[in-house]
Amino acid sequence: MSYPANFKYTKEHEWLDVDGDLGRIGITDHAQHELGDIVFVDLPKPGSKVTKGHSFGSVESVKAVSDIYAPVSGDVIEANGLLSKNPEKVNEDPHGDGWLIKVKISALAEIDGLMAAADYDKYVGAE
Amino acid sequence: MVDFGGWNMPVQYTSILDEHNAVRRGVGLFDVSHMGEVEIRGPEAAKLVDYVSTNNAAKLKIGQAHYSALLYDHGGFVDDILVHKVSENEFFLCVNAGNQDKDFEHIRQHNRFDAEVEFASDRYAQLAIQGPNALATLQKLTDTQLSEIKYYWFVDGTVSCTTARIARTGYTGEDGFEIYVPPADAPRIWNEVIGAGQEFGIKACGLGARNTLRLEAKMALYGHELTASTNPFEADLAWIVKMDKGEFVGRRALELALAKEITRKLAGFEMTERGIGRDGYEVWADGKPAGWVTSGGPSPTLNKNIGLCYLPAALAKPGVKVQILIRNAPVGAITIPTPFYKRAKT
Repeated sequence: MSYPANFKYTKEHEWLDVDGDLGRIGITDHAQHELGDIVFVDLPKPGSKVTKGHSFGSVESVKAVSDIYAPVSGDVIEANGLLSKNPEKVNEDPHGDGWLIKVKISALAEIDGLMAAADYDKYVGAE
Repeated sequence: MVDFGGWNMPVQYTSILDEHNAVRRGVGLFDVSHMGEVEIRGPEAAKLVDYVSTNNAAKLKIGQAHYSALLYDHGGFVDDILVHKVSENEFFLCVNAGNQDKDFEHIRQHNRFDAEVEFASDRYAQLAIQGPNALATLQKLTDTQLSEIKYYWFVDGTVSCTTARIARTGYTGEDGFEIYVPPADAPRIWNEVIGAGQEFGIKACGLGARNTLRLEAKMALYGHELTASTNPFEADLAWIVKMDKGEFVGRRALELALAKEITRKLAGFEMTERGIGRDGYEVWADGKPAGWVTSGGPSPTLNKNIGLCYLPAALAKPGVKVQILIRNAPVGAITIPTPFYKRAKT
């Protein structure tokens, strides 16, 4: 699977899809593959705040639990409700229907520190 | 791939869920060559086995196997093992990979009998064929009438024209076989078993499925339910301890433990709120710490989140409301009867 060129990526394997000051956050195809069958996703409620580099929730597969870190700071405006019943969507469509949360980004400058798709591809290739 | 006691092993080949379901519904194949083997031979082989293990080896018939334990003098586990009686003068022990050196030393140290103890792990690879179609799969590769081997019995025969010890044992809660073969032939036999199981949708299974399967069947795992600081009564394994069989290593400590009350016991639980109680998490009851999770995770067969935990003995019974501390937040769970999964008798 290729990494969408318009997304930004973190070293912790989250992606950020920016639209104005809104951002959609998910985990990458590489991350879902490493985790294996995802059975549980724990996400923050709308109205809560996330801080760049801090854990805002977790994704659990059969074998392990993994923290998810915010690529940017902001206010949560939506959590993907589909995942409470169908957490496997994160495996099936990590860059699409398997998104985790939408945020209103509080500091757009934070986006600059994230990786472009080509860099992320190289990063996971080298890992 | 993960390092597992020095062995490079896959957690999953494709998907833990798919592999797990293949074993419950069809057949799965595990490479468990990491398991250790110890052979005990000689006129007093039975006496040595009985002295170092908790179950009654003298009662085994030739061709029969049983689950047992090696204990320290203080009553804690050195390891949990399978004992196979090969002949009047020979016993074959299957032990945990990570414990095999320690087990071997432990047995040798206590060998004050006319018996020889051999570290035999290098001479055996082990494959586990497990699931309702395990028999039909393996039968294609052997002349031994597998249906005549009873549960926890074994036969020395051939698989794919190679000498094999074929035991009707397993670590999944399903019917199945564990075969011990020469390592050089193992890759070829692996491929032939995969071929024979095609029509049943056989899947190669890794450590992940092995763990979810054994947890559903409440089979203990060394380092989790069993450690040097737990005894068999706490671990709900009184059935493998034969206090009346005579002297054995750890017996004195177990007598003392029985004379007092058993303070903690292993209990099964299922999550009643959203969350998965995993290994090492604290368990709370009545607003205070009460124990810890030894193994926990999602149960693919039952479609709920289950686990085993140590609790004060008074609480280690079904129907007790507890909380599992998941990432510092208490999440509701309730103790339930075990095993979580039991296959239908055929």
